[in-house]
Amino acid sequence: MDHSGISVLFEGTNFTRLLGGLWVTVKIAGVALILGLILGIVLGVLRTFKNRLLRLILRLYLEFFRIVPTVVLLFLFYYILPKQLNFNLPADQIATLVFALWVGAEMSDIVRGALISVPKHQRESGLAIGLNRYQLYRYVLIPQAITLEIPATINLATRVIKTTSLLMLISVMDVINIGQQIIEANNHTHPTGVFWVYGLIFLFYFLIDYPLSWWAKRLEKRRLERTNG
Amino acid sequence: MTSWGIIQQSLPMFEKGFVLTLWLSFIGIIGSILVGLICSLLQYFKVPIFHQIATVYVEISRNTPLLIQLFFLYYAFPVIGIKFSAQLCGIIGLIFLGGSYMAEGFTGGFNGVSKGQLESGKAIGLSRWQLARYVVFPQGFSLSVPAMAANVIFLIKETSIFTVIAIPELTNTALDLIGMYYRSNEYLFVLVVAYAIILIPLSAILTLLEKRVRYGSFGN
Repeated sequence: MDHSGISVLFEGTNFTRLLGGLWVTVKIAGVALILGLILGIVLGVLRTFKNRLLRLILRLYLEFFRIVPTVVLLFLFYYILPKQLNFNLPADQIATLVFALWVGAEMSDIVRGALISVPKHQRESGLAIGLNRYQLYRYVLIPQAITLEIPATINLATRVIKTTSLLMLISVMDVINIGQQIIEANNHTHPTGVFWVYGLIFLFYFLIDYPLSWWAKRLEKRRLERTNG
Repeated sequence: MTSWGIIQQSLPMFEKGFVLTLWLSFIGIIGSILVGLICSLLQYFKVPIFHQIATVYVEISRNTPLLIQLFFLYYAFPVIGIKFSAQLCGIIGLIFLGGSYMAEGFTGGFNGVSKGQLESGKAIGLSRWQLARYVVFPQGFSLSVPAMAANVIFLIKETSIFTVIAIPELTNTALDLIGMYYRSNEYLFVLVVAYAIILIPLSAILTLLEKRVRYGSFGN
């Protein structure tokens, strides 16, 4: 195998360009996660309320985002927002919006699951000492739910980061798109460059996701050990 | 032409994509379950060397996106002389990804068997193999069904990424049609409906299955 292909990575500004693309990827994932977490917590709390219609609507919202693959979601927003609603956003903002709504949907289910698994006597004790509904959620249920939901939330974050690989499909200048440009520009001089560029991007994703999933696993294991005694 | 006409005209093409999506998902899921099972068994029995290989494989596969795995298979492997057709790349990629998810699911199931069960098994003098065969596996598999069901849905949705290496499955069909005729609303509508036709009944069936299995393990 021709080893000179690796030099493609360090020629000119190639490496910094790839890092720049990675930053775009991380930024979109980060903003979408923060917005999605906030949205998801609100929706998750609403889903524990008794109002049937509200619960049905939120359930449909969740199921829609669960059933439609993310690639399709991206294209739905990419084509339909500007055309039908005359709502023009740059591709990276559309991607952030789609990811935030998706995270919000998944997160609402995580939060709901955590809230209903807080032991019943906690809720009842809260009510017994005269807390109103806001206080009950703010001081009793949400703090306990959050510790339950952290591993699932970290796992969701790793999924979001992996899914940002789809950004190139709606022509966001993310790390993969820039990688492709570099491969094409150097195809004649370095035919094996493709191996190294995709290899490096592969490594980038692994280096971001592996520590996160390791952390989630460790937290989950500790929690199981605590509950099993 | 009316929207309905556009949709009707495109249906034969979507039908082909639909069948291909189902077929590739089916092979990918079966393959993933096999790979996952092998890996989780290697890890469970701590087979020397192989269990480390399985662990490295699971971590690499779980922590990288399918899209890059596919690009690697399809564009980078030919450089070192390994060439597959697009569809074969898709299947290999899906099994590479799915195998680790399934392995995690099974491992989670095996680990979820309660300590009391293991200790009771040891107390009545079961060997390591008997303990696995009669105590851990039967309970572990039923515990891993929810994870497996979630993975099945996940893997079917992941086939939409095959569009990047131009496999004419559902998503690729829709994007091709949009590229040719610019009727994005109609084609995206059909696309969403097509996924709903596959996934809604399937997830209902899987939920039922989960309930039955749970009844089997805890309903005594």
